[in-house]
Amino acid sequence: MTANILTVDDSASIRLTTRVALTNAGYQVTEAVDGVDGIAKLNAGQFDLVITDLNMPNMDGLTMIRELRKLPAHMGVPVIFLTTESDGEIKQQAKAAGATGWLTKPFDPESLVKIAKKVLGK
Amino acid sequence: MSFPDPIAVFRTEAAELLEQIEAGLLDLNVNLGDKDQVDAVFRGLHTLKGSGAMFGFEALAAFTHHCETAFDRVRKGEVPATHALVTAVLEAKDHMRALVETPAGDHEAMSEALLVNLRRAVDGSGDQATAPAAAGPAQTLFKIRFSLPQNAMANGTNPLPLLDELRDLGTCRIVADRSGIPSLDELVATDLHIAWDVELLTTEPRSAIDDVFIFVMDDMELSVEEIAIAAQAPVAVAPAPALPATAAVTAEPAATAVAAAAPAAASGDAKAAKANENVRVPAERLDELMDRVGELVIAQSRLSQLAGGSGDLTLRAVSEDVERLSGELRDTMMVLRMVPVTHLFSRFRRLVHDLANETGKKIELITEGETTEVDKSVIERLADPLVHLVRNSCDHGLETADERLASGKTEAGHIHLSARQQAGEVIIKIKDDGRGINKDRVRAKAESSGLIAANASLTDQELYQLIFQPGFSTASEVTNLSGRGVGMDVVKRTIDALRGTINVVSRPGEGSEISLAIPLTLAIIDGLLVRVGNGRYVIPLSAVEECLELSVEEDMRSRGRSFISLRDSLVPFLRLRDLFRTGTKPDPFQKVVVISTGSERVGLVVDQIIGDHQTVIKGMSKLHHDVSTFSGATILGDGDVALILDVGHLVAEGQQQEAHLRAAG
Repeated sequence: MTANILTVDDSASIRLTTRVALTNAGYQVTEAVDGVDGIAKLNAGQFDLVITDLNMPNMDGLTMIRELRKLPAHMGVPVIFLTTESDGEIKQQAKAAGATGWLTKPFDPESLVKIAKKVLGK
Repeated sequence: MSFPDPIAVFRTEAAELLEQIEAGLLDLNVNLGDKDQVDAVFRGLHTLKGSGAMFGFEALAAFTHHCETAFDRVRKGEVPATHALVTAVLEAKDHMRALVETPAGDHEAMSEALLVNLRRAVDGSGDQATAPAAAGPAQTLFKIRFSLPQNAMANGTNPLPLLDELRDLGTCRIVADRSGIPSLDELVATDLHIAWDVELLTTEPRSAIDDVFIFVMDDMELSVEEIAIAAQAPVAVAPAPALPATAAVTAEPAATAVAAAAPAAASGDAKAAKANENVRVPAERLDELMDRVGELVIAQSRLSQLAGGSGDLTLRAVSEDVERLSGELRDTMMVLRMVPVTHLFSRFRRLVHDLANETGKKIELITEGETTEVDKSVIERLADPLVHLVRNSCDHGLETADERLASGKTEAGHIHLSARQQAGEVIIKIKDDGRGINKDRVRAKAESSGLIAANASLTDQELYQLIFQPGFSTASEVTNLSGRGVGMDVVKRTIDALRGTINVVSRPGEGSEISLAIPLTLAIIDGLLVRVGNGRYVIPLSAVEECLELSVEEDMRSRGRSFISLRDSLVPFLRLRDLFRTGTKPDPFQKVVVISTGSERVGLVVDQIIGDHQTVIKGMSKLHHDVSTFSGATILGDGDVALILDVGHLVAEGQQQEAHLRAAG
């Protein structure tokens, strides 16, 4: 069965890059433009993995992760957040909020797929 | 009670494995692209290695490891399967036998030579790495112990992919430590309580392990102990140190955890393979189990009745559960007893071949539906009647080649043997394209032997059924079905005993078709429970076609002539009240249950239709063995006995009655 992945990012170009890479790797991708949209999409479906940016309008990634962990339907769904090398402290905050792992920006499609595989298993 | 010597058991197992490996290799040699055989050989080698290490056959384990690695590479498509490889592994296999038989012998030089051979076969050179330890980077044994943060799973970390990643790094033994799991009342199901001990033999550096845990590194407990492997006798011995160590791990109290973590353990493959094997169970045990299931079904129907009469909703819920479960159990039990008719059919190939030789005819046997499954005991009892019927078709149904050619048929006669399931029955057909049954001669024979009155009016079907009568002589070749000394009545009796029916269709010059309809199972049937007078009776549901109401007017009108008009045809019916002499007043709204045996139908007038009933058939006592109206009895939920109506007999009786009435005008 194909895994369903939700990508949350306010940048259309990042969303496109992510979608292309993940779709080519055989995953099913749904996109959301910010945290509010992300929670709405989560409520409307079932996902095996969420990949989210942190810095977004309306609802930022950290808040979204906290909200997500409150939804019983999505308990245990892996969440990968996008971050930059310099955000040492953010990483701790995101993990405290319930994130599973991270991907350092800028990233290449290959490492994105690798992370997805790592978290989802073979 | 003493246990067998594990070493001896291993030797036996190893011998079997080696045979399997050899067979697989030989098959592979014929078809190098056969992935199944590659897998089979790999599994064999893998198991041999694993068990060898477990029982102290270290040289064997180490040696086998290289062959396994080679096949693993073939399996993964990294190197092709070649004749050279097969030959090399075949030689290696012979050496493995020596290693099993005399583990203490001096085999090193031989091992070395064979491995060089193997490497040459795999890579086309003698010095490349089927054993990475030989030329590649040195292997390291890591002893890893880790536990993840308690909330890891809630936060999306699944430990299984992590274990998979570790396994990808090299040869891995993983044991789950479940000692941290709290008692049930303190258990938080979403928390993670398991720690893992991993032995990893790999060429990768330590950082590769850290990479696996990158996301949880900060919050987890991870200890990694590095044990460098001494570089002595690099080729053969390299992986060996890891394996005895493994044996030590499994001997620890955590040993039970190995079973729990079976998918993770390296021996998982072998276990999975074993799970696919069949378990042979003596048939009597299945019968015993069937009896128990039968008793359970009876007890369950008593419970249902109790619950139905009670206002206790909880009791009803439980009763419904039990009903569903016992139904499922019954179905499972049925399936357990089912075997395909393949075996039964296969013996006819030989029989037809022999008969063709005997009779000098050309006969082709066509079989169809071999995978149809039937209760084992039914199959056993079907064998003889089928042999008889097929023999008859060959002997008398099919013409000689000359006769066939003269009548414009193909030279070879055809016997078509088919099986299929239909509702609760299996339909077995024996069809030939021979000369068909000569009706006139059947009639003449029946009249002369006193089976029917002269000029009795009979339908074709009735006429054909005569050949199954005990009095129908088999002395001369009357029809193609008259048999050779053993009467067709034996066939009929066997099929009757199986609660089956026989249907004959024949066209002169075109051939005959005999269909046997047999219930799939003998022990439990779905029945329709009806009431006649004060008694309750079960009609096998598979024979029931429909149920109608018998209106008072129709009842009055039909007096004397017991027919109901069912769509376009008149169906004779039997008043069970009269038949059973109940002496009670009929219900105002009597019902007619129309039952059929293939082509013949008859209606049974009952007072009330109670409903479906899972019927566990109990045989009639010896005292009642000649009662033909009933085929058995069953115990109802309230402990009462209900008799099971014999459909075949009742239909015959109904038809007879019709014939009498017709004769009387």
